[in-house]
Amino acid sequence: MLNFAMRRILMSILVAITVSIIAFFLVRVSGDVAIALAGEEASAEDISEIREIYGLDRPIIIQYVDWLGKAVQGDFGESLFFPETVWELVATRLPTTLRLALAGLVISLLIGIPFGVIAALRPNSWIDRLSMTIAVAGQAIPTFWMALMLMVLFGLMLGWTPISGDESWQHFILPAVTLGYYSTPPIMRLTRSGMLEVLSADYIRTAYAKGLHPAPVLFKHALRNAVIPVVALASVQFGHMLSGAIVIESVFAMQGIGYLAWESILRKDIAVIQTILLVVCLFYVFLTVLSDLLNAWLDPRIRVS
Amino acid sequence: MADVSATAPDAPAEPAVGGAARRQAALDPARALAPSPTARFFRRARGHTSVTFGGGMLLAILLMAVFAPLLAPHDPYAQDLFNRLSPPFWMDGADPNHLLGTDKLGRDYLSRIIYGAQISLLIGVATAFLSGVIGSALGVTAGYFGGRVDTVITFIITTRLSMPIVLVALAIVALVGGSLEAVVLVLGFLLWDRYAVVMRSATQQARNMDYVSAARAIGCPTWRIVLSEIMPNVINNLIVIATFEVAHAILLEAALSFLGLGVQPPAPSWGLMIAEGKEFLLFDPWVIAIPGVALSILVLAVNMLGDGIRDISAPENRS
Repeated sequence: MLNFAMRRILMSILVAITVSIIAFFLVRVSGDVAIALAGEEASAEDISEIREIYGLDRPIIIQYVDWLGKAVQGDFGESLFFPETVWELVATRLPTTLRLALAGLVISLLIGIPFGVIAALRPNSWIDRLSMTIAVAGQAIPTFWMALMLMVLFGLMLGWTPISGDESWQHFILPAVTLGYYSTPPIMRLTRSGMLEVLSADYIRTAYAKGLHPAPVLFKHALRNAVIPVVALASVQFGHMLSGAIVIESVFAMQGIGYLAWESILRKDIAVIQTILLVVCLFYVFLTVLSDLLNAWLDPRIRVS
Repeated sequence: MADVSATAPDAPAEPAVGGAARRQAALDPARALAPSPTARFFRRARGHTSVTFGGGMLLAILLMAVFAPLLAPHDPYAQDLFNRLSPPFWMDGADPNHLLGTDKLGRDYLSRIIYGAQISLLIGVATAFLSGVIGSALGVTAGYFGGRVDTVITFIITTRLSMPIVLVALAIVALVGGSLEAVVLVLGFLLWDRYAVVMRSATQQARNMDYVSAARAIGCPTWRIVLSEIMPNVINNLIVIATFEVAHAILLEAALSFLGLGVQPPAPSWGLMIAEGKEFLLFDPWVIAIPGVALSILVLAVNMLGDGIRDISAPENRS
C-alpha cells in the first residue's frame, strides 16, 4: 500500500508541476499580454514600456520560474480591475464555490444512493427503468439551460426561491440542485452495480440464511460494502463540480471563483485567470489522488496490478 | 475473444475480424455460410428501440441541417425591427408567417433553429473526429508498445484529466477569439481523453492475441500490424465513444457560446440564441425554451444512438 501510495503521490506531484506550466504558458502563448494590459489603442512605446515594467521582455522560461517562485510564496500578482491582490480575490471568492459544490454533491448523493439501492433491489423493474431513463434524458439537457428553466419556474413563476446572488442559503438551492443533478447518474449507476454485485455474494446469503431481518442485512452488510467505490467517485465528482461552477455561477450571478474566472476571461485579466486555472487544477489533482488512494486502500486488487 | 474458427454461426459473441483472422475464417465452411458480423450488426440494430429511435431522430435533424436552405421559410439573418419578439404558434397573437416567432431583432426563429442544427452537428462531428484521431493515436501507441511509451502517455492522459475543460476552453477561446474553427480546435485538443483510455486498454488486450503474434512471426511491419490486425478489433469501441463525444462537444459548444466565448453573433448557434434570449426570461421565456429544447432533443438522439450501439456491439451487456 505504501509503495502504491508513494508512486501515486509522486505521479501527482509531477502532474501538478506540468499543470502549473500549462496554466502559465497557455495564457501566455495564446495572446500578447502586453497588448492586453495596455489596451487596444495603446502606442508602440506604451506597449514596450509595459513589457519592461512587467518583465515581459525576458525569456519565457525565466518568467515562468519567477511566477512560480512568487506563487509558492502566495504572491499571484495584481488584478487589473480589482483593488485586491489576486490571492485575496481568489481566497474571498473560493468559499462560495466550495459551498456550492458541497451542496451539489450532497444532493447528488442523497438522490443517487437511495435510487441506486432501489434499482438494484428490483433490477429491470419500472422504478429501475424510470430512474435510468430520467438519468439518460437528463444528461441531454444543457446545464445552463436547465438552470435558466428552474429559474423561470421556481424563481419567477412560483416565487419560491431567489434567482440570483449568494447572500442566503435559499440562494444556493437552485444552483446546487442543477449542479447536483448532473452528478447523480454516475453515482446512481455505481451504487446500483455495486449493490447488485454485493447482494449476490455468499455472506449476504449467509446473513439471510441465519434468519437476520432484511433491513440490517441490506444496510449493514450490503450497502456498507457497495457504497465504498461511491465515496471515491464522489471525490472526483466534487472536482467536476468546481469546474461546472463556472457555468452555474455565471447564470445565477454568484460571487464564486467560477464567476470571477468568467469575468476575468472576458476582461483578459491574465493574472487572475492563471491563478484560478492553477487552483482548480490543483484541487483536481488532489481529489483524484484522494479517490485513487481510497479505492486502493479499500480494494487490494487495485494496488497490486 | 477466443479462437475465431470455433465460433458457431449463431453464437452471440463474435470478435471483429482482423486480417489474418479473416483469412483463417474464410477457410472455415461453417463460418463462411453465416451472415457477416456487419450484417448481423445491422439486423440487431433494426430491432433495437434505442438505436432506431435515436438514429431516426438524428437522421431527421441531419436532413434538416443539410436541406436547411430549402426548409427554412426565411433568411435566418434577415432582421425585421418592426416585428420583434413575435410569439410562437401556440401563443396568442402569433404570426402565421413565423411559426416559432421572431427574436429580439425580428429574425425568424424557426429558420434560425433550422440553420443552428448545422452549427451544432458540424462542431459535434468535427470535434469528435479530431479528438478521436488524437486520442486513438495516443491510446493505440501506449497499448501496443507498453513500457516507457505507455508511462509517458499515461502521464499525458492524467495531466489532461486534471484540467477543467470549460475553464481551459474559455480561456483559450477568449485569447484567440471566438469562432467556429476555434471552438472545434480547442475542444478537439481537449476531449481526446476517453478515446485514449479505452483504446489503450483495448489495444493491450488485442496485442496478446494469437493472430497478432502470427502476423509478427511472418515479419509484418509494425504499422501493418496496428492497422490491419489491431485496429479492426478495437474499432467498435471507437464508434461508441465517438457518439458520446459528439454529444459532449455539442453541449460544450452551446455552453461556450452561451457564455459569449464560442460561436459569435449573428450566427444562429443554439447556445448563443439562449444567451441572447436571457434578457427576456421574465416575460418571454419561450425565447430561451425553444433553442434549449432543440439542443436537448439533438443530444438525447445522439446519446440514445450511442447507448444502443454499445448495447448491440457488446453482446455480454445485453440483458
